[in-house]
Amino acid sequence: MAEPVKLFGVWASPFSWRVETALKLKGVKYEFIEEDLTNKSDLLVKYNPVHKKIPVLLHKGKPICESLVILEYIDETWKGISILPEDPYERAIARFWAKFIDEKCNHALWTACWSKDNEQEKAIEEACEFLKTLETQLKGNKFFGGETIGFVDIVANFIGFWLGIIQEAVGLELLTVEKFPNLCKWIDNYVNCPVIKANLPPRDELLAYFKARQQPPTGPKY
Amino acid sequence: MAKSVVLLDCWPSMFGMRVRIALAEKGIDYEYREEDLRNKSPLLLKMNPVHKKVPVLIHDNKPVCESLIAVRYIDAVWKNKFPLLPSDPYQRAQAEFWADFVDKKIFDSGRKVWASKGEDQEAGKKEFVECLKVLEGELGDKPYFGGEAFGFVDVALVPFYSWFYAYETCGKFSIEAECPKLIAWAKRCMEKESVAKSLPDQHKVYDFVLMLKQKFGLD
Repeated sequence: MAEPVKLFGVWASPFSWRVETALKLKGVKYEFIEEDLTNKSDLLVKYNPVHKKIPVLLHKGKPICESLVILEYIDETWKGISILPEDPYERAIARFWAKFIDEKCNHALWTACWSKDNEQEKAIEEACEFLKTLETQLKGNKFFGGETIGFVDIVANFIGFWLGIIQEAVGLELLTVEKFPNLCKWIDNYVNCPVIKANLPPRDELLAYFKARQQPPTGPKY
Repeated sequence: MAKSVVLLDCWPSMFGMRVRIALAEKGIDYEYREEDLRNKSPLLLKMNPVHKKVPVLIHDNKPVCESLIAVRYIDAVWKNKFPLLPSDPYQRAQAEFWADFVDKKIFDSGRKVWASKGEDQEAGKKEFVECLKVLEGELGDKPYFGGEAFGFVDVALVPFYSWFYAYETCGKFSIEAECPKLIAWAKRCMEKESVAKSLPDQHKVYDFVLMLKQKFGLD
């Protein structure tokens, strides 16, 4: 019998959510191991000694770390729905946008949500510039992947779901339909996409989670 | 553009060097265009409107931006020659993880070493050496990060070797004393023609760093 696939994650984390979504898209059965990041398990530290972070995917007893690396591994290992395009150029473009969202957008959005006064003003300005770039990139397409969700859409989950909740928790209005109609339409398509909808963490619980924190979890990667 | 492959680059860029190495490994004929980053060409701005940075690989008029994405693209398109990434998905994931580690850790900590002073510089040095030691641990006794053959992680990291003299001189420390196996690995990589012809002379890089420090009032 094949060794079970395990995923170390946190229910509220957009990063482990990406991996769960990819596994569900491929129809892979897995065991989710909830980590307490204030008291990391010996197993997490063993499987991710370099960063000691979630998510970690364990397949055939071997760990894979970093959500974007894990997504590509899942896409190559299991058949079924393709997460990345086949064509090398299209793949390069998908990777470019995933990296842009993961490294630039998410960081700016996170800072914009949790900082105060001058720092927040500056962060909001920067975040809006990045959102404008994405707004243009969408070009009225249903998803970043075209007609169906793909790699970039999965990686953009923070914007797709978490951002709206955090905005409500901290009382910030960044992503509005007036300023970003394409993105708002994309969010609507996204949260109503069957595999996404079935997999999202409960909105009320996530809202309570962010409202309860006086300080944000340490940085976007938590 | 006459040649089907063009590289927009800047000679001291470690990121540009990665793409140069990959192109050389695959024996690809291409046109190299040096960019003046104080006066970016219309082509660069058109091909990388989001970041306006080098390197940009242009293949049949289509741009690929971000150095590791370009290296992976080169490896996929010219797949029959000297593969840079392993064929096994797990080994490939490991290579991608370590290249990502280099990306996240080495440039920023290295920058603190040459561009800052006092406590900031000391903190940068500490982090830089710690990260190099982690990489040295991952290398172990293998000739290359890729194992027996030069591969993706080697391409990601070796360009920083051309900056080592600058880091050492600005930071007043010896990387070889801290990480001898890593230096041995770097020298082994430099024996490869693709690497030797893609990396600038370390002293030339140091002069460039001195110029930057003066220009930005960092000295």
